[in-house]
Amino acid sequence: MLQEFSIVLDHKDRLLIGLGNTVWIATISTILSTVIGAALAMALMSRHVMLRRAVRVFIDAMRCVPFLLLAYIVYYGLPSLGVRFDNLSAGIASLSLYNAAYMGEILRGAWVSLPKEYAEAGEAYGFHGFKLFHRIIMPSLVLAAVPVLGNQVIQIVKDTAFLTIIAVPELTHEASAIQSMYYVPFGAFVAAIALYWLICRMVEFVVQYTEHLADLRR
Amino acid sequence: MTAEPHLAHRAAPASTERPVIEVRSLWKKFGDLPVLNDISLNVERGKTICVLGPSGSGKSTFLRCLNWLEKPDHGEIFLSGKRIGYREGSDIPMSAKEIAVTRARIGMVFQHFNLWPHLTVLGNIIAAPLHVQHRNRAEIVAEAEALLRKVGLFEKRDVYPAKLSGGQKQRVAIARALAMRPELLLFDEATSALDPELVGEVITVMEDLAKEGMTMVVVTHEMHFAREAADEILFLDRGFVVEHAPPAQFFDNPSSDRVKQFLQRFVR
Ligand SMILES: Nc1ncnc2c1ncn2[C@@H]1O[C@H](COP(=O)(O)OP(=O)(O)OP(=O)(O)O)[C@@H](O)[C@H]1O
Ligand SMILES: [Mg+2]
Repeated sequence: MLQEFSIVLDHKDRLLIGLGNTVWIATISTILSTVIGAALAMALMSRHVMLRRAVRVFIDAMRCVPFLLLAYIVYYGLPSLGVRFDNLSAGIASLSLYNAAYMGEILRGAWVSLPKEYAEAGEAYGFHGFKLFHRIIMPSLVLAAVPVLGNQVIQIVKDTAFLTIIAVPELTHEASAIQSMYYVPFGAFVAAIALYWLICRMVEFVVQYTEHLADLRR
Repeated sequence: MTAEPHLAHRAAPASTERPVIEVRSLWKKFGDLPVLNDISLNVERGKTICVLGPSGSGKSTFLRCLNWLEKPDHGEIFLSGKRIGYREGSDIPMSAKEIAVTRARIGMVFQHFNLWPHLTVLGNIIAAPLHVQHRNRAEIVAEAEALLRKVGLFEKRDVYPAKLSGGQKQRVAIARALAMRPELLLFDEATSALDPELVGEVITVMEDLAKEGMTMVVVTHEMHFAREAADEILFLDRGFVVEHAPPAQFFDNPSSDRVKQFLQRFVR
C-alpha cells in the first residue's frame, strides 16, 4: 500500500495539474453561476408574470436533470444542433447553468425573507432597477445566505468530478488516469479525496470569514 | 473648524417662487378602504409642517405619496413647481428612472431608521449621493463627515449600523437624508421607535434643522416639537383634514372636538 502512495507521489505533477484545473473550473463556474443565479432571482422577483413562469420552468428542469446527463447533452448532444463546445467550455457551461438554478433559488429565498425596508429606503433615495439590486439588495442577500451559498460552492467543486466523462483534465480525471496506468486505485483515489478535502476546507474558510463579516453587520 | 454642511437651498423665497411642495386634492384608497380624502397642502420654502393624528389616520400614507412610494388615486403633487409622477404637461406616467430622479430630491427619515446594514455609517451617508446623484466622491465624503460632526457622530464613521443605539441610528439616518442636499425632508415618526431617554437627541437635531430653514413635513407624536418647531399643523382623522392651523391656534384654541379629544391624551 505504501508503494501505491509512492507511485502516486512520483506522478504528483499530474495530480497537481488536475487539482489546479479543478480549482479554476470551480472558481469560474461559481462566479458564472452566481451571476446567472442573481439574474434568475431578479427574474423570479420581477413583476412580469411570463418572465417569472419561464424562469421557474428552467429552474425546475435543471433541478430534475441529473448533472451527468446535462454534461452529456451539452457536450455530445448540442453539436447535432450545430452548437459545438470544446470539452472545457462544455464542462464550465453545464456546471454554471446547472448550479445557477440552485443559486437563483437560494437568492430568491433570502430575498423573500429580507426586510422590505432596506429596498424601500433604497427606492426613497433614488435607487431603482439594477442599481437598487446591485447596491442595496444583493449585498444583503449574500450576507444573509453565505452558509447556504457556501454549501452550493462545495457542491460545484464535487460536480467538477463528473466532467471526467467528457475528458476534462480535472482532479478525478487525472487520478483515474494514474490509477489505470499503474493500477494503484487506492493510492490514487485517496490522494484525490485528500485534495478535494483540502479544497473544501478552503471554501469553508472563506465562508467562515464572510460569516464573520456578516456578524459585524448584524 | 469644519465647513458647514450644505443644507437645502436657503435663499430667501422670491415672491414668484412656487412652494416646495404643493398638494392638490389628494385621494387614496387601499382596496375599499379610503385612506386619504381630498388632502391639499402647500409647504413654502423653509417651513416646517407637522402632521398629527391618531393611529391609522393616513399620516404615513400621505407622507409616502409625497415621494411617490405610494401612488395616489387622484390629485396632483408638485415639487418646486414640477408635477410628480407624470411627465410635464401630460398624463403620461413617469418612468421608474424619472421617479427615482425626483425621489433623490426628497430626503426621508423612517420610524425604524432603515439604514443599510451592509454599509458603514459613512457608507450609508455617501451611497445615494455617490451612486444616484453621481457627485464627486471627495466632496461627498467631506460633506458627509461634516454632517456626522453636526449630528455628533463623527467618531462612529466606520462603524456598522448594528452597533449603534436607536438614537444614534436615527441621527445617522438624518445625516444620510441631508447628504442628498434635499429640497424637502420627510420624517415619519422618527422618534417613535426610540427609548424615551433617546428621543431628545433626535428631536434636538430636528429642531436645529427647522431653525436653519430646512423645508420639512414631519409626522410625529412629539407635541412639544410640534408646538415649538412647526409653522403649521395638519391634523388628519380617518383620512380627512380635520384641522389645518398655526400651532398656537391648534393647541390653544382648536376648532374641532376631535382635536380637543386627541390633545387631551397628551396633557400631562
Ligand atoms: N399597503 C397597505 N395596504 C392596505 N392597507 C394599508 C396599507 N398601508 C396602510 N394601510 C391602511 O391604511 C390606513 C392608514 O394607514 P397609515 O399607515 O397611513 O396610518 P398612520 O396614520 O400612519 O398610522 P400610525 O400612526 O399607526 O402609523 C390604515 O387603516 C392602514 O391599515
Ligand atoms: Mg404611520
